Amino acid sequence: MTLSLPLPDQPAHAIAESVRTGAVSARAVVEATLARIDAVDGRRPSTSPGPDDPENSRRVHAYISLQAEQALERADAIDAQVARGEDPGPLAGVPLSVKDIFCVAGTPSTAASRMLEHFVAPYTATPIARLQAAGAIAIGKVNLDEYAYGSSTESSAFQPATRNPWNANCVPGGSSGGSAASVAAGEATLSVGTDTAGSIRQPAAFCGVVGLKPTYGRVSRYGLIAFGSSLDCPGPVTRTARDAALALQAMAGADPHDSTAAALPVPDYSRGLDQGVRGLRIGLSPDYFRIRYPDPTTGEIRDTELPPEIVAATRAAAEALARAGAEIVEDVPLPNTSFGIPVYFVISRVEAASNLHRFDGVKYGHRTQQTIRDLRDMYRKSRGEGFGRQPKLRILMGMYVSGAQYASQYYQRALRVRTLIRRDFESVFDPQGAYRLNALLTPTTPTTAFEIGAVYGNSVLMQYADLLAVNANHAGIPALSMPGGFDAGGLPIGVQLFGADWDEATLLRIAHTFETLTADAAWRSRRPLALTQ
Amino acid sequence: MADTITPELFDYLVELAALELASDEAEYLRHQLNQQLTAIRELERIAVPDDIPAAAHGVPFTAAARPALRADEPVPSDLALALLSGSPDSDDGYFIVPEIQHQDL
Repeated sequence: MTLSLPLPDQPAHAIAESVRTGAVSARAVVEATLARIDAVDGRRPSTSPGPDDPENSRRVHAYISLQAEQALERADAIDAQVARGEDPGPLAGVPLSVKDIFCVAGTPSTAASRMLEHFVAPYTATPIARLQAAGAIAIGKVNLDEYAYGSSTESSAFQPATRNPWNANCVPGGSSGGSAASVAAGEATLSVGTDTAGSIRQPAAFCGVVGLKPTYGRVSRYGLIAFGSSLDCPGPVTRTARDAALALQAMAGADPHDSTAAALPVPDYSRGLDQGVRGLRIGLSPDYFRIRYPDPTTGEIRDTELPPEIVAATRAAAEALARAGAEIVEDVPLPNTSFGIPVYFVISRVEAASNLHRFDGVKYGHRTQQTIRDLRDMYRKSRGEGFGRQPKLRILMGMYVSGAQYASQYYQRALRVRTLIRRDFESVFDPQGAYRLNALLTPTTPTTAFEIGAVYGNSVLMQYADLLAVNANHAGIPALSMPGGFDAGGLPIGVQLFGADWDEATLLRIAHTFETLTADAAWRSRRPLALTQ
Repeated sequence: MADTITPELFDYLVELAALELASDEAEYLRHQLNQQLTAIRELERIAVPDDIPAAAHGVPFTAAARPALRADEPVPSDLALALLSGSPDSDDGYFIVPEIQHQDL
């Protein structure tokens, strides 16, 4: 265990080792984490929050609900296992926050929507159940954009929305903003998020933590409240690559409840972490440094360069890996990836609209209390009251672009461009191809964390926050965001790795090597402002 | 440029989507939809050869990755009551809904 760090700031692998050997009790870990939450999180968000006050405006507000009593009971059960000489698992005693888009039996599972404000899940999602079986302790459910529709967590129906632990005036990113913020602030050691266009990696970049989107199908989606069913990937948010490896190990694998969960062997993700990067071919693509991006003022989509600090951090990561023996391959072409957001605007909306039709005020969720004429009137009023603006926007766009008279122009075309995007990645990862890459290295985001309110309301600019992340979802490939430094304003910069299908192990190995190479860098010793106030 | 999604088309979509909207909300949503279409029209900049198929997913579902279908056999579940308890209105194992008006098709 790293003696200089308080328990809530210890990595998961150190906590688990200490709990398994009896050096530290799981109860002590959970109590320390609850004390951290008490110190930094502020009041719980709600659908009727009232005005914010100056004291709370500095707080993180990651958690929608806490399950403190159950967490302490679970900690005592783990400590009893240790006392009996039993092994409580590789994540024994590790505090876990769960994005509130996952069902966890007996907990409110809201999707950050009024629609599900009072919904209590009758069963537990597979990724969460597997982490619990490995010894992780679920502390509570964390905030997100409503139904995961957003990139800042501001669209949550539960306000105040989560704030960035590094600067409370800024967003934590989204949609897994509560996940990333809770891990950055030591309010959890591990979190589970979901990534449909970057919703794990973008908030991980904004909050200075590690976020892993596994290959589509590596982790079961059973028990996840669906957004875009061909794009959604559950994955871990942690403070180190080693912890991400441990978490993915527990979560991954086939699941009889999800036919899209792949029946492939799951490798040992921790075993290769220390092998270094010598001989690995890591690509840099000009298409991820010069981008098509909306002008914030006019909205015109035009070619532009990334901010120099973000380019510099990515280049510095490449140089560090090169010094460690990696071969950096420049000028890797990914010509179709600039269409990732327009394609996503179409495909994700069609899938979201389809998934949201189940919310009808009949089986679960909100039902209007207004006087109604008939069943259809009840649907319209219930959905009108229960959904916020982002779900409504997605439903309406999904209906439009998939309509019979428009589908070939929009939906079918987007699906075919998705094929071209997939082929870009197949080409550069092909072991017999011209580039033969083991990974691509890119920035994670076009900007660092933006100020609360600066983008919210502009649904196009908000969507483009995922520009550099979204293509991993179109292609299905794994991707990881890791901290790469800070900008002049003290906000974290994320650096991203893309990998070939099912090859999360190489991404974790590169990320772990980069952490080792930069362990003594001054920026690694910075702490979030939320922990110093 | 004239709005592609006119108020009339918007009202049609709202009806299809089974939503009831306040007027200020409707205007915001219609404006954002038109803004988003500007971004979607970026797709007109790319040549898509006729032989490019549509992709319903990214990673190929190979035989090795595809799980075997489970046997088509009923399995008892103890979740039924818990599921029904999440309904806004249920009785004796049934969901209760308002009267469904008869429509001549």
